[in-house]
Amino acid sequence: MSGASEAPIGLAAAPAAAPRPRRRDGALRRFLRHRLAAFGAGVITLMVLACAIGPYLLPFTDTEIDIMQRFAPPFSGPHLLGTDPLGRDILARLLMAGRISLSVGFSAMAISMVIGITVGLVAGYYRGWVGMVLMRFVDAMLCFPSIFLLLAISALIGPAVGSIIMLIAVTSWMEVARIVEAQIRALKARDFAVAAEALGASDARVMLRELLPNAIAPIVVAATLNVAHAILAESYVSFLGYGIQPPTPSWGNMLDNAQSYLTSAPWLAIIPGAAITLAVTSFNFIGDGLRDALDPRMGGR
Amino acid sequence: MMPEAVTDRGALPAALAEDEILAVRDLSIAFQTPAGRLAAVQDVSFTLRRGETLALVGESGSGKSVTSLGILRLTPRAPFCRITGQVLLRGRDGRVRDLVALPEEAMREVRGRDAAMVFQEPMTSLNPVHRVGEQVAEAIRFHEGLGRRAALTKAAELLELVGIPDPRRRLASYPHELSGGMRQRVMIAMALSCEPQLLIADEPTTALDVTIQAQILDLLRRLQERTRMAVIFITHNLGVVAEIADRVMVMYAGRVVEQAPVRPLFGAPLMPYTRGLLRSVPRLDLAGLGREKLAAIPGTVPDPLDPPPGCSFAPRCDHVEPGRCDAALPGLDLARPEHRVRCVRWAELAGGVA
Repeated sequence: MSGASEAPIGLAAAPAAAPRPRRRDGALRRFLRHRLAAFGAGVITLMVLACAIGPYLLPFTDTEIDIMQRFAPPFSGPHLLGTDPLGRDILARLLMAGRISLSVGFSAMAISMVIGITVGLVAGYYRGWVGMVLMRFVDAMLCFPSIFLLLAISALIGPAVGSIIMLIAVTSWMEVARIVEAQIRALKARDFAVAAEALGASDARVMLRELLPNAIAPIVVAATLNVAHAILAESYVSFLGYGIQPPTPSWGNMLDNAQSYLTSAPWLAIIPGAAITLAVTSFNFIGDGLRDALDPRMGGR
Repeated sequence: MMPEAVTDRGALPAALAEDEILAVRDLSIAFQTPAGRLAAVQDVSFTLRRGETLALVGESGSGKSVTSLGILRLTPRAPFCRITGQVLLRGRDGRVRDLVALPEEAMREVRGRDAAMVFQEPMTSLNPVHRVGEQVAEAIRFHEGLGRRAALTKAAELLELVGIPDPRRRLASYPHELSGGMRQRVMIAMALSCEPQLLIADEPTTALDVTIQAQILDLLRRLQERTRMAVIFITHNLGVVAEIADRVMVMYAGRVVEQAPVRPLFGAPLMPYTRGLLRSVPRLDLAGLGREKLAAIPGTVPDPLDPPPGCSFAPRCDHVEPGRCDAALPGLDLARPEHRVRCVRWAELAGGVA
């Protein structure tokens, strides 16, 4: 219980403790040298900025209907990326949808990290039946086909942004828990953990201050990949109509609306599809780059 | 731990003499392994006075490290590891506690404050992601309730005490920026931060090169003179033992096999195992003569899951007498004042061979 309540603190403290001046320079350099990762980081930064600022700069809002301008193709008039069947501006919708999709991605990641790190820490630190029960629970959770679980539950509880975030989070923390558990298990045997205990450090202290900061590299990588996963999951669910509900746009439900017009107005599907692909691959590239950059074995290079 | 057990045991600790810091009685430590119960330490008893240094000697697997970890209850917890016996420690506040029966919460307060530990590997005993100053200050803050700044100031004083040049600047260093000797000094500073009554040093010089070893030993001795703390010094280096110890306890296969003040032990060892250990040390006075070969003890430590009946050293002993040595476990006899030995033949051997 104490572990559960303290994990968010650890999450906040860990990134602050982890960067060491010397190593960070090296890691940053290695990260930027990874071309695709640098590209991914650039794309995500641009996307976040565009979604945050963009809607204020456009002459149209995402819900403004202009029946005279239905199905306007991209680059053909005042609507830069064209319009949808109701004559709404696609660029405006894309950016507003990006806000939803990206924030679902980040929030679901944050929550799943908290759950995963807490479970992993406790399971890795307390071997024996506590760890056993927790890890078997993780295995059990992994056995569920998470997309169907997501669909079933969201059909049951009625979709909203908050519930979608929670649902994605509770179906995607298991990998993190496994990673953290393995790390903590290995780190716990290291001398500095015993040394801290020999000085009178409590369990929570050893876990959060001694062990967790040492496991930060794989956690950061998992976090990035988790964002990509969450964005995809949100898109699946919204595409199938159980996710974010119209008129609020999300990349997934924009795709859903585009289905019937695939031949007559293909841009309706291509534009949000491209946004999803770009975001997800970018996060995956960042994850790859971070994995290489933070791997201590790469230090000597 | 049941509270009844604590108060019940609490009645016994009165039996610690005025100047004694630590009394270990019948300490046994057993691990639960997939292959069965492994008795790592059996019936170890000793006492330690203020300012005294006890060397714990033995080869790898003899239980010396487990004994020291067990005293501070740093071995894995209950289902995996069982500790029985008594460990009476006089705290900094003068109270005597039985560490075996103490609840985990109270045990945590004892660690670092009343008894501290220095480990073998200075390279891995410091947390790589935290600055040295923070780590030392942390150790102080656990127990003293000082603020961050005050703790850092005290950390700098401690680093100076253990002979680290320019301590104020060193506070901001990361462990990987320090040499092995410096790291071991930092570890010692951390261990001493709360002026413990008992310092357990688990092979603190083994990983260091010889010149640094001498410096660290010297530092420990000076600090001990200053604080009058009791020291348990674990090593397999008999040269170091001669250098630093007042008394020596030789362990073999989890049991004490010989226990004596340092001079009689080196001068007239009684247990064949101790003699073997002493013979396996290179001697300068015989060097260059070309004749004297180093006498290694043949064989290896017995499997702790399947210990031999009788004396555990019997399978490797030159003086083994079938029927006597492997019949029953020899007791720890008091051979001379303060000199105990676990060997059925020590009296004959002392007459004949020594």
